[in-house]
Amino acid sequence: MPNSQSIPGNGHSFREAPEPRIVGFFCTWCTYLAADLAGTSRIKYAPNVRVVRVMCSGRIDPQFVLDAFANGADGVLIGGCHPGDCHYQEGNYNCLRRARLLKRVLEQLGIEEERFRVEWISAAEGDRVRQVIDDMVEKLRALGPLRMQKPMPLVNIVTPEHALEEVCV
Amino acid sequence: MTQEKPKIAFYWCASCGGCEEAVVDLAEGTLDVVAAVDIVFWPVALDFKRHHVEEMPDGSILATFLNGAIRTSEQEEMAKLLRRKSKLLVAFGSCSHLGGIPGLANFFARDGILQAVYFDAATTENPEHVLPGSGGNNGHGELTLPYFSDRVRALDQVVEVDYYVPGCPPLPKIITRALTTLLGDHLPEKGSVLAPDEALCTECPRKDSKPEKIALKAFKRPQEILIDETQCLLAQGLLCLGPATRAGCEAPCILGNMPCTGCCGAPGRVRDQGAKALSAIASLVDSQDQQEIDAVLASIPDPAGTFYRYSLPRSLLTYKHNA
Repeated sequence: MPNSQSIPGNGHSFREAPEPRIVGFFCTWCTYLAADLAGTSRIKYAPNVRVVRVMCSGRIDPQFVLDAFANGADGVLIGGCHPGDCHYQEGNYNCLRRARLLKRVLEQLGIEEERFRVEWISAAEGDRVRQVIDDMVEKLRALGPLRMQKPMPLVNIVTPEHALEEVCV
Repeated sequence: MTQEKPKIAFYWCASCGGCEEAVVDLAEGTLDVVAAVDIVFWPVALDFKRHHVEEMPDGSILATFLNGAIRTSEQEEMAKLLRRKSKLLVAFGSCSHLGGIPGLANFFARDGILQAVYFDAATTENPEHVLPGSGGNNGHGELTLPYFSDRVRALDQVVEVDYYVPGCPPLPKIITRALTTLLGDHLPEKGSVLAPDEALCTECPRKDSKPEKIALKAFKRPQEILIDETQCLLAQGLLCLGPATRAGCEAPCILGNMPCTGCCGAPGRVRDQGAKALSAIASLVDSQDQQEIDAVLASIPDPAGTFYRYSLPRSLLTYKHNA
């Protein structure tokens, strides 16, 4: 597990404090500014997100998302401009197309739906950043830490308990 | 004193035998290869045993071409033995390179697979609930079976690999080129895939018909449409993985009017073929509305199986060296 700074749970083992870790990819024109606004407005939200600033949500390669999960993220949050508002016209639509397909692939790889989320948050919506992050943290807390390489059980076959316990990272 | 010919070995692990066939398919080319080298181990064609390999000094084989993925403890042992005995270990074919078709088994847990194969399959009759396993003695010694491990691994997830020969199976052209390279004086950088480092589209016979922008309202399966033999297959709505697949094969599938399924893996800068293929395909959807996008994408029934057809064990999410 990569070590990192000040989020609750670090320094403790996952068993004691399973605090979810979220990697956020925020578009520099909207969601990143909204997070900034939340900060300057002193809005409090869960400190579980590490934000990566990108020029456009359309720049987010599905490989980034897989990388985040592979390196210990329990959830990935993408923040982009509202439909019609993309600084580059089409970027957020391309993000949406990829995300819809990626979500299905992630599910086939055993990663629950709630762990991967796309939200449109404009630069003015500081409070929406709080709502989305708090809500996602709560859902991830209920799910528990992501157990990498959890195999999909065979369709219609009861997989023995210990097979599902397998954790490889 | 005559100069000794370089020693070459071939071996197979979790594979279908197609890669062995591919070596034989070199036809007259095989004779040249045989004349240039000494084949010291090739279970499918020559009667050498494991102890022959064990008796060789370490590093005495110039190159071992190993095809097939690694699933059982026996395969792992042989991979480690051949690694020790060879100067160069070459992962030959998709299974060895990326995990290949056997790698799709990583969608399922080990126990689920055994359960399905030995108990639940419609064609299985196993009233005594026997699972193959070690134990018992037939009077000549203890009976043992190799262990069926939790996961299918690509060769480089088990031992260090020097070069990769891609393809399912590798085409004669790629094999000949790889052999010539390895027997020549200038070895490429360790870890190279011995094929051009660019996307298949660059050498596709239909590349001129690929439109500037492709926008699709549905994806089609080959049996659902009458395929135009001259037009770009992606533009016709077929899931052609050419954009995310390495060149070098010269597109025999497309010449046969079938879309590329991605067997040669991705070009070098791509770390996850499935993710890149997914990205390329999803961007073609002609809609800005989430519901409509979902409806278009629903025409891809098994996205993970499609995009990771040959590379699931090497996906970023399951990849773990020497796991």
